[in-house]
Amino acid sequence: MSSAIIETRDLRKTYMVGKVQVPALRGVDLTVVPGEFVSIIGPSGSGKSTLFHIIGALTPPTSGKVRVAGEDLAAMTDAGRTRLRKRIVSFVFQKFNLLPNLTARDNIAVARFIGGADHKSDPHFEEILRLLGIADRLDHKPNALSGGEQQRIAIARAVVNHPAILLADEPTGNLDTENSKAVLEILRGLNERTGQTILMITHNPEAAAYGHRTIAMRDGRIVA
Amino acid sequence: MRTLLSVLLIGVPVTLILSLVGVSEGMSEDAQNRTRATGADIVIHGSQAASAVTYSGAPLPEGYTRKLAEQPHVKLAVGIIVHPLEFPLNMMGIDQAQFDAMSGGFTYLEGGPLRPGQPFDMLLDKPYADQQKKHAGDTMHLLNNDWHVAGIIAPGKLARVVVPKATLQDLDSAPGKLSLIYLKLDDPARADAVVEQLRQQFPNLKIDTMAFQLSQFAPDNIASVRVFRYVVIGIGVVIGFAVVCLTMYMAVLQRTREIGILKSLGGSKGFILRIMLTEAAGLGIGGTIVGILLSYGARWAISTFVPASFPMIIVQSWWVKAFAITMAGALLGALYPGLSAARHDPIEALAYE
Repeated sequence: MSSAIIETRDLRKTYMVGKVQVPALRGVDLTVVPGEFVSIIGPSGSGKSTLFHIIGALTPPTSGKVRVAGEDLAAMTDAGRTRLRKRIVSFVFQKFNLLPNLTARDNIAVARFIGGADHKSDPHFEEILRLLGIADRLDHKPNALSGGEQQRIAIARAVVNHPAILLADEPTGNLDTENSKAVLEILRGLNERTGQTILMITHNPEAAAYGHRTIAMRDGRIVA
Repeated sequence: MRTLLSVLLIGVPVTLILSLVGVSEGMSEDAQNRTRATGADIVIHGSQAASAVTYSGAPLPEGYTRKLAEQPHVKLAVGIIVHPLEFPLNMMGIDQAQFDAMSGGFTYLEGGPLRPGQPFDMLLDKPYADQQKKHAGDTMHLLNNDWHVAGIIAPGKLARVVVPKATLQDLDSAPGKLSLIYLKLDDPARADAVVEQLRQQFPNLKIDTMAFQLSQFAPDNIASVRVFRYVVIGIGVVIGFAVVCLTMYMAVLQRTREIGILKSLGGSKGFILRIMLTEAAGLGIGGTIVGILLSYGARWAISTFVPASFPMIIVQSWWVKAFAITMAGALLGALYPGLSAARHDPIEALAYE
């Protein structure tokens, strides 16, 4: 238990849609150890994204226990969750979610600024930029980058502050086969070279196979 | 485009404030200069005068001029009758020989002085002549009479329109009456002492030194101008507040997804609020600069179209005040949209299309 970087027990989340209660998670038990690359698959509405949002400290659970890097998220305030997003977890989204008015370099710089990093050169991050193959695209704005390039920038932004956990929500969902493969190779490379813990949501079993193990979700529960 | 429009809209009240201040200060400076140039040391109004800068008809019997001229240290006593024209201009009636003796006379740019025996001669100063497109020798219709423009005088002395005193007294049905009397002393340094002595001797008259009279022209000493300034400043703050509030509210709507991205990166509520306030501050700075530039445009327009009526000056000391007023409106206006952005749920914000 103590070696787990992510641990949930009987995790539940219920949304209110008008006056109707909609259960999104119905008791999820999950343990992830540092350095693991875990894929999560499941149909739409199975609770994958909700699980991500809770582990990523974007929303609190309704009940149950959830510990991330030793922090109890169920008891955490909004400010505490903000701190966790700043230092412990980071996201890669299906729609890249780069700030459209900033260059790739500035998108990464904003994340560094929010994370409280200084302006000194980071050799580790320079190596990641080389790994991502985007060093010559940093001065372009998102609308001048291909989908694959945007996602690589998003990955660079996600790891710039050396988070303990990288949460990738359908990172290849908007990419063609070639770029999907490249992005998945990058995630696997990050995991293997730097020991980055990664949780990846995907619909694609081939993509899921890049992880060390795959968890299947359905109707708000882990089923396999 | 939205930002440029906002900056322009914020600039409008800045221009309004700077133009109002420029006009009031300009009119004050102009009035002070023209009064100072009379060469008088003491000014006397009728007892009914509401203030030192207003004229209540012609309540002073002309006999006072003779009595005052006989007082110790009084070298000259010159009676003036004032008739208001369109705001804020006055026509002043003088005895030219007496006035010249006190002030040193006018500087004539065209024509010459009022001619003896010509009751409908008039002098116009250059700005008013330009505004009316008149030259020496022209005829001008005023107060239901045709006047002969005898001369165009340099601005900055007494009034923009000067006519014979007796004519104006007749037209105002105030024969033998004056609006004010100027006194020239043998020693200007004695002005305070002479005023004290005259007040005792003529308790029904309002008697002040020229220094006091000039100080009364300062806009802050004129209650109506002071209140008007506050009203315009208030309007400026409200417009700045409303423009920035609307602009920032639209910005928050447009950038909902970006706010979600920043929150997913760990951006705190304070960080989001700071971004919004910084942007509002940028709008405020831009609006102030645009407002200052537009105030130069306003001065050009005023000096081109009504040079005599509203002599506007650029009051640089008010740039900082206008900036502070604008920033207050802008930051207040950004507060609600900024807090609203800071409170955005990150998941909903990220899902915003």
